[in-house]
Amino acid sequence: MTFLHSPRVIRTGVSKFKSAPLSAKFGISIIILYMLTALFAPHLAPYGEAEIVATPFEPWSAQFWLGTDNLGRDMFTRLVFGARNTLGIALVTTVLAFSLGCSAGLAAATFGGWTDQLLSRLVDVLMSIPQLIFALLLLSIFGTSIPTLIVVIAVLDSTRVFRLTRAVAINVAVLDYVEAARLRGEGPIWIMTREILPNIAPTLIAEFGLRFCFVFLLISGLSFLGLGIQPPTADWGSMVRDSATLITYGDVTPLLPAGAIALLAVAINLVVDWFLHWASGLKED
Amino acid sequence: MFSINRGDVDYEDLQLLKKLVHMNGDALVSVTGAKDSWPENRDTLLNIRNLRIEATVYPPGESPKSVILVDDVSLTLKRGRVLGLIGESGAGKSTIGLASMGYGRGGVKITGGEVILNDRDILKIGASGMRKLRGREVCYVAQSAAAAFNPAHRLMEQVVEAALLHGMATRAEAEKRAVALFKKLGLPDSETIGRRFPHQVSGGQLQRVMTAMALCSEPDLIVFDEPTTALDVTTQIEVLAAIRDAIRDTGVAAIYITHDLAVVAQVADEILVLRHGKLVERGMTQQIINHPHEQYTRALVSVHHIDHKQNDGGNAPVLSAKGLTAGYGDGAIKVLRDVSLDLHTGQTLAVVGESGSGKSTLARVITGLLPPLAGSIQFDGRQLPPLLGDRSKEDLRQLQMIYQMADVAMNPRQTVATIIGRPLEFYFEIRGAERDRRVAELLDKIEMGKDLANRYPAELSGGQKQRVCIARALAAKPNLIICDEVTSALDPLVANGILKLLLQLQRDEGVAYLFITHDLATVRSIADSISVMYRGQVVRYGPKGQVLSPPFDPYTELLLSSVPEMEIGWLDRAITSRRMESAGN
Repeated sequence: MTFLHSPRVIRTGVSKFKSAPLSAKFGISIIILYMLTALFAPHLAPYGEAEIVATPFEPWSAQFWLGTDNLGRDMFTRLVFGARNTLGIALVTTVLAFSLGCSAGLAAATFGGWTDQLLSRLVDVLMSIPQLIFALLLLSIFGTSIPTLIVVIAVLDSTRVFRLTRAVAINVAVLDYVEAARLRGEGPIWIMTREILPNIAPTLIAEFGLRFCFVFLLISGLSFLGLGIQPPTADWGSMVRDSATLITYGDVTPLLPAGAIALLAVAINLVVDWFLHWASGLKED
Repeated sequence: MFSINRGDVDYEDLQLLKKLVHMNGDALVSVTGAKDSWPENRDTLLNIRNLRIEATVYPPGESPKSVILVDDVSLTLKRGRVLGLIGESGAGKSTIGLASMGYGRGGVKITGGEVILNDRDILKIGASGMRKLRGREVCYVAQSAAAAFNPAHRLMEQVVEAALLHGMATRAEAEKRAVALFKKLGLPDSETIGRRFPHQVSGGQLQRVMTAMALCSEPDLIVFDEPTTALDVTTQIEVLAAIRDAIRDTGVAAIYITHDLAVVAQVADEILVLRHGKLVERGMTQQIINHPHEQYTRALVSVHHIDHKQNDGGNAPVLSAKGLTAGYGDGAIKVLRDVSLDLHTGQTLAVVGESGSGKSTLARVITGLLPPLAGSIQFDGRQLPPLLGDRSKEDLRQLQMIYQMADVAMNPRQTVATIIGRPLEFYFEIRGAERDRRVAELLDKIEMGKDLANRYPAELSGGQKQRVCIARALAAKPNLIICDEVTSALDPLVANGILKLLLQLQRDEGVAYLFITHDLATVRSIADSISVMYRGQVVRYGPKGQVLSPPFDPYTELLLSSVPEMEIGWLDRAITSRRMESAGN
């Protein structure tokens, strides 16, 4: 039966997009643009990701559209590849953070009692340490490989996901239909995935967008500090740091990767706003 | 003796003068000038003509559209009279009630007709005119007093607020008037109760305070919107009598909105029957109750007549509870005390009581959600483990439950087919086409079409939702279904249909019901045996005929005498006999 619904899903998707406000359309377009850039990075970029093609700090020209960086790599190429790295890593991290946070949050809401106490207190402890400092600490202990980076940020971010999931799931867990499922003898997996999860999904999807923003801001921030994605991998955060000196000469080039970060954050927020508005069933105006 | 030219005074002064004239008689004031600026027909207070009210709805995934809530309704109300508005939910009763004070709830627009109160169309007087009107000429008493009071202010502040805002009295005068009203409405400690906060009085008292609030600014009209619906039946009778007497003594006109014909028969002079926003029938109370003309009104009047032959039941009890004691918070608060009852195969045991009597806790104990502190439960001849987790799948299958609020008893993200089909999958491993066939069969049993299988709960009406819940319970082929207030959230006619369906299913499937309710009328029509609960204890238990015939214990007598009867004058008799009794004690 499910396959019968899929064209309908696409159709409603298209009509949703058409009926979306201008801000959301703008956000969706930007996100799609970024995704395409990330996917087709090797085809779009004129040079290799870590290829040194000229002398350091070349100005903008027909050959190097946005000039070169401190090692003589093409800025535009690295910007395009940066989309792939920063976005890809942020996406994997957010997905991981959500799998961890959601399952723990659902378990806490479904079982309650000491399970809830244990998980909640653990999360309290983790959240009591400032996130960036904690990340810096963990990364200096475990080293700065990309898998470590992903796991550390995912674990730290899952605490926020846990709190939200638990809060919304607890409201659903006390409803009669969940009690009816318990009385039927359903196992906890069914209750969590079939009874509770579908009803809190809109909130979680909106949170996913926001969390994704925070994650890639954090990654960029860590890269800027030198503990994130390591050279020669192209990444917007480290690109800002590498060419930061140009600012003092009145060159806007270092602002471009920063602008790319900001634009994506804004775009995602616009879409999330619209989605929340739509999911909460609020009237226009 | 002074004289006034009608052309010289504006409307507000005219209103004041009218009261003066009313008090002192025409002899003191002589009025000159054009007659039409002060219509002589002072008898008619409210005249609603061809009222039409629309609302904008926002169906998910569609563009907003307009629906008609009230269509071409006209009514007149004379000074000092009480008009009952009656109908099911969605009939437009409250909407009309609010429209008579020129108000529409969010998204609701009055799109046609006139509302003439005190000789002018209040729909045309603008926002500042409305402000002067509301709380002065017309007041409103809401259903849920607890939600209508501001918990942060003392009662007196809120009661005198309107009178002070309109500058109709000084604080001292208003408070004096409020105390007098408290006394008239039978509130205890009438001198000091105004100093309490809303949470410090009971629900029934709060409802009476709200009535005092409405009366305090001496309006011409009060709109009562289901003022006793949320109250327990034994409290309802007191509040009802207090409201009725207050209306009678102060001479205020009232619109009394309710879904309960038996209640409105005690209060109203005239009754208007509404359905789907249209007028069905109007007439004097006497005529509507005794000789209704329309089919729909007749159905409303005879709603509690259900043919039910009492079952004798099998000899072995399907459920036998012995000495159940249960409570919350490590047993510090005992909600159930030594409750014992037997339920025989294919029978209906009604558990009756007010809110807080422990009925629902009893259901939680039997289902295993709340393990008892003491006592045991025998089910189908075997001992039932106290904890849900220790019970076998077979135990769970044979004991099903139906909830009060069908809305929250079904997962809004599952279709009807999934909801009904899940017990089939879960208990009997029936899947695929066979499952679909069985779902269709069950839908047929609950008198619903097969095409509803793919709907979501939000796309069903209240009665249909409850039917789906019944089908879900039935799918497990249980021996016993616990029905927790299954009809209390439904309109009388819909509830009637559900009760008939339950009885039909009992005859077909031989299932026993543990029927938890506060509604004695329902109990009378469907129970085989009755257990009356009061403060966690069973005060009376036995076959229906025995429980409902004298001699009664005091609580059962109180409960039975509190159920409104569809009969004019019932309230007077009930109150009189109650007063005589308390005088005798």
